[in-house]
Amino acid sequence: MAHAHAAAHDHGHHELPFWRKYIFSTDHKVIGMQYGITALLFLFIGFAFIMLMRWQLAYPGQPLPILQNIFAETQMVGGIMLPEFYNQLGAMHGTIMIFLGVVPLAVGAYGNYVVPLQVGAPDMAFPKLNAMSYWLYFIGGVIMLTSFFLPAGGAQSGWTSYPPLSIIAGEGQTWWLIGMAFLINSSLLGSINILTTIIQLRAPGLTFWRLPYFVWAQFVTSFLLLLAFPPLMAAAVLQLMDRLAGTSFFMPSGLVVNGQALEIAGGGNPVLWQHLFWFLAHPEVYVLILPAMGIITEIIACNTRKPVYGYKALVYSVVFLGFMSFVVWAHHMFLTGMGTQMSTFFQVTTMIISIPSVVILTTLVLTLWGGSIRFNTPMLFALAFLPMFAIGGLTGLPLGLNSTDIHLHDTYYVIGHFHYVVAPGTIFALFAGIYFWFPKMTGRRMNEVLGKIHFFFSFIFMNVIFMPMFIQGLAGVNRRLYDPMQYAHNQSTQGLNVVSSWGAWLLALAQIPFIFNFFWSIFAGKKTQENPWQATTLEWTAPSPPPHGNFTVEPRVYRGPYEYSVPGRKDDFYPQSSPEGK
Amino acid sequence: MDGLIKHISHPHPVTGVTNSKLGIWLFLASEVMLFGALFSAYVVLRTGAPAWPEGAKILNVPLATLNTFILITSSVTMVLSWAAAATRDLGKFRKWMAITILLGCAFLVVKAFEYQSKFSHHHYPATDNFYATYFTLTGLHGIHVICGLLANLWLLLPGSKLFAKDPEMFTGRIEAAGLYWHFVDLVWIFLFPVLYLL
Repeated sequence: MAHAHAAAHDHGHHELPFWRKYIFSTDHKVIGMQYGITALLFLFIGFAFIMLMRWQLAYPGQPLPILQNIFAETQMVGGIMLPEFYNQLGAMHGTIMIFLGVVPLAVGAYGNYVVPLQVGAPDMAFPKLNAMSYWLYFIGGVIMLTSFFLPAGGAQSGWTSYPPLSIIAGEGQTWWLIGMAFLINSSLLGSINILTTIIQLRAPGLTFWRLPYFVWAQFVTSFLLLLAFPPLMAAAVLQLMDRLAGTSFFMPSGLVVNGQALEIAGGGNPVLWQHLFWFLAHPEVYVLILPAMGIITEIIACNTRKPVYGYKALVYSVVFLGFMSFVVWAHHMFLTGMGTQMSTFFQVTTMIISIPSVVILTTLVLTLWGGSIRFNTPMLFALAFLPMFAIGGLTGLPLGLNSTDIHLHDTYYVIGHFHYVVAPGTIFALFAGIYFWFPKMTGRRMNEVLGKIHFFFSFIFMNVIFMPMFIQGLAGVNRRLYDPMQYAHNQSTQGLNVVSSWGAWLLALAQIPFIFNFFWSIFAGKKTQENPWQATTLEWTAPSPPPHGNFTVEPRVYRGPYEYSVPGRKDDFYPQSSPEGK
Repeated sequence: MDGLIKHISHPHPVTGVTNSKLGIWLFLASEVMLFGALFSAYVVLRTGAPAWPEGAKILNVPLATLNTFILITSSVTMVLSWAAAATRDLGKFRKWMAITILLGCAFLVVKAFEYQSKFSHHHYPATDNFYATYFTLTGLHGIHVICGLLANLWLLLPGSKLFAKDPEMFTGRIEAAGLYWHFVDLVWIFLFPVLYLL
């Protein structure tokens, strides 16, 4: 230990040049912030794409106001979006939001920044791999974005890239696959790093049963990333071979395109892609939601000033969720004709996986009971997460039952369902995390008034956007329709498209207080000490912002993570690192 | 900063492994999923096909058998190089590591001859799904061999400077590279019967 102290002491002294300290840094906190800022930018870009698409959906065939001149002729003619461009925006909205926005923010940013602090480690186990993980992610993102400037534009086969369409699509799809390869390898390195850090670098006394729930969530999430992404890598390799080497892994025999038989060997299986893709993409849903649940648990425990209700139930549930998420993937494929026995199996596993989710949600709601709740901005976002995630989860049940799914499959109902989970669900949790850990990252607090304005308007407009989609979906409106007026049965619900679109544009305005607050608070926010929320976990014992090496004294852990309002104590919180009686 | 992070050279007292050993095992778990997915794809394609050629009639089984022996031998020499480093014998380590690298290269050369003979008969990945699977799986395995060779080459030349500074950490690195090398070997042990014999 003396050795570690000497090294920590030694470290404060020599300054690294700017590019080593902030650009090619190996410090987990800098990399975490790099991930965070890049991911927030990508979230904004993905959001901008959907705002453009929402114009076409609300006012099909009408020229786009103001912005029409910035688009090329292959994208918009006279301000009217072309179908190909609509498809590109749609494919990229999904890809960017999931792979470049939410996951990097939830795992790359929070996982990197918070996990080593919460386990009492000086850094991640592999700092150089950590930096490499960020730069692979960055390159992957650049490849995705630059594909828009190809002559034929970016990928336009949806974020799911179903063959055979994706294989006969333009060059953009090849770039998409290569971009994905970078992102897959980035998350592979990231997940190995987080797992090793949690297993090897916990502070003395920090047993697994004393880990904050956020660390548990990251632990399970990393296993999902580690084991679920490689099959997508395999699928991407096979699709690349189909596109570049002329193989027929996913191309069936006798395929006719535009009235002409394709000159391919054939014999491939398009449903094989769907299996490989969803083998990743269903666990990916839990990659999106588990870190969010972790963040919410930290914030709710801290702001109710009482221990979480059923910590062990939470942990068992998240581990069980992780296992089950590997055996539900084909509930996305009930309509592929894979057979009733397969459908029955996946329907049953899907119903089973809802149980641990409900356990987690219930324990969080019960944690509120009898607490003295502080309604600060992070807590408001955390509280809103609960009903929003519940709506998202409950509307998933009819999709998981294969008879009701026949009607709802590929409609706006599906879009409404998973956006409730990810947008007002996960993204609210991520906002909550920003407001909660901002004082740790910068040493200053974000403004509460602006935060509350941001919260209330975001909360209203999120629902304005997504609630109408359930009605549209039940009415049979297909997703991925360029022109919603194309079918007669869609016309009765066209008014709801206008409502959703205005909701989206107003939601963008509601983010202005956040963006302003974020930058303003970095420089002029109220200064704080190391523990502004009177929280118990280890990250709050490090200085704000933590120096290189994180802790001034090597932390030692004496108790569980949520010892709030312990009877007989003066303070209503009992930090994990306080020795008995202090 | 490296002085700050624990369990780099010495194993964690509870888990019994160093960080890099745990890391490489986790990495191999993901590699199992990668090749597992590819083998599954092979099963799906083959069982769905009306006819599937017999590998032994099309592919060169004697050459592949030779290659199997080359790769297995290289795994043995890899272990010997690790054992030499563990007993702190740098010269012996260099010898065995160099032989491992040469055997790896020999594997690739034999593979190149096999590819060449297929190409000269106008058999390409696009020919049918048998060749598509053959070239994709062996190609991806070949890339893994090349990555292993690069890692081994690095350990043999610039990486061996660490031996003087921290022999325990250096031995740990060879062990990690060795685990990867054995895994690549193991993938071939599966590929050989699946593609050439079944």
